[in-house]
Amino acid sequence: MQIFLPIAEVSVNAFTLLGIGGMVGVLSGMFGVGGGFLITPLLFFVGIPPAVAVATSANQIVASSVSGVLAHLKRKTVDLKMGMVLLGGGLVGSAIGIQIFNMLKAMGQVDLLVTLCYVVFLGIIGFLMLIESIRAIKRARGRPAGRPERKKHLWVHTLPFKMKFRASGLYISAIPPIAVGVFVGMLGAVMGVGGGFIMVPAMIYILGMPTKVVIGTSLFQIIFTAGFTTMLHAYTNHTVDVLLAFLLLFGGVIGAQIGTQIGLRLKAEQLRIMLALLVLLVCLKLGVDLLITPKELYSLGV
Amino acid sequence: MMHRLIALLALFLLPLTAQAEQVVAALSQTRVSVNANFDGSEILVFGAIKREAAIPENSPLDVVITVAGPEQVETIRRKDRRFGIWINVEAQVIGHTPTFYSVATTRPLQDILPPLTDSLWKITADKRILPGMRGLPAREALIRLRQNDDLYRTREGEVSLIEDTLFDTSIALPSNIVEGTYTTRIFLIRDGDVIDSYGTSINVQKVGIERWLYNLAYQNALIYGIMALAIAGIFGWGASQVFRLIRR
Repeated sequence: MQIFLPIAEVSVNAFTLLGIGGMVGVLSGMFGVGGGFLITPLLFFVGIPPAVAVATSANQIVASSVSGVLAHLKRKTVDLKMGMVLLGGGLVGSAIGIQIFNMLKAMGQVDLLVTLCYVVFLGIIGFLMLIESIRAIKRARGRPAGRPERKKHLWVHTLPFKMKFRASGLYISAIPPIAVGVFVGMLGAVMGVGGGFIMVPAMIYILGMPTKVVIGTSLFQIIFTAGFTTMLHAYTNHTVDVLLAFLLLFGGVIGAQIGTQIGLRLKAEQLRIMLALLVLLVCLKLGVDLLITPKELYSLGV
Repeated sequence: MMHRLIALLALFLLPLTAQAEQVVAALSQTRVSVNANFDGSEILVFGAIKREAAIPENSPLDVVITVAGPEQVETIRRKDRRFGIWINVEAQVIGHTPTFYSVATTRPLQDILPPLTDSLWKITADKRILPGMRGLPAREALIRLRQNDDLYRTREGEVSLIEDTLFDTSIALPSNIVEGTYTTRIFLIRDGDVIDSYGTSINVQKVGIERWLYNLAYQNALIYGIMALAIAGIFGWGASQVFRLIRR
């Protein structure tokens, strides 16, 4: 069934879009990621203009984050105060990100920026995840874990403007969370992703937050940053396609439930290796496209 | 006596009768509505050749039909290798070019249309699309890109002509269509000259929910944005409710 998207102005098979939404939903259910990093490149692939793909992904992320955060709120695994601080930074970051996006759009470098961001960040995250999960598997096979984890005095504890985050059990400066928020907000606006895949490691390793509140808190703040990004894209660029977002969502929520069931049957380390390989695969594909001589040197529009 | 006079007249009028051939044509539809399940559209162009005298012999008649989409100013960019990666290095704004251009003919163009006539009437894409910029790489690239996307097409032999009198062809409008007026021209060609032409237009417009969403997105961007967020919020909430019920 072909459907004509009013803003993207292309006719696409509705089942393809449902399929993309569903597939990414399965992965996000399995691995607990938003999946924005997969949706945007897949949309490019089916012929959605890059600007529309980025803006609409942000809209789709709002829906999946709302759905996820509700479950976390029930379990009380959201640090609202930390979320608010991250959010403060995130909104500033989004606004900056949109400016960068529009500036590069005028210069004709949007594709390059988005692709480079993907290659760099997916590359780093995928690589780290792969190493970490291979180590985890080796550890599980070999001797029991060596030295016990000691609570380290991180450098972030020396900064001023300290705040108490009760849910996370932290008493740290507000500067690092704001900085993390700004950075992730910027990336989200440029890449059309929620930034969970950067936010989550940053919260654990930079802010030292306990793992159980990390995902809920990350999702909580992503709702608002992605919402703000959607709004800005809709207002300044008119590139949010509601019909496209709706189809992706519909597939996504169903897929997420299937993914959760699959995820329950697999081992955590196996899941992480699979996700790492998937991330690296997407990164490799995008990276190779930058390096090989394109068939057509000219391009039209945007 | 009378017969001879007519025969004589006919003899004088013979070169004129060619010009006395007129094209009468119609389209199966002059409005195309782009709704949610729009997937391209076939437009039938059909017509007849009206003439007062007999069909001239020994000179074949040909019909050429062109359809041009609404014009746009395009930015065309060129990639080059910088620091080992391919990036856009040059942008050129290129004048008004139709977003769609289709030429359908009864026979191969080179057999029926001399370059001079082509230039005069701007029939083929090469003569119609920025002919003053011929040879410029950006212009050639624009034509090539649109040809690859099947937006600029030449369909030789696709017009069927019966008894030098009735003709018809179908023009497939693409699914990634641009809104606006599509100009249709029909040319009658004999001995390398255009002996008559006829022009009409097709109006392509988004309708229904497509029209509504598009207008909202551009005219009330704030409300559109809020609506997009509301849909996402409600859907996200709804999904978690539904699946909680299922799990129970």
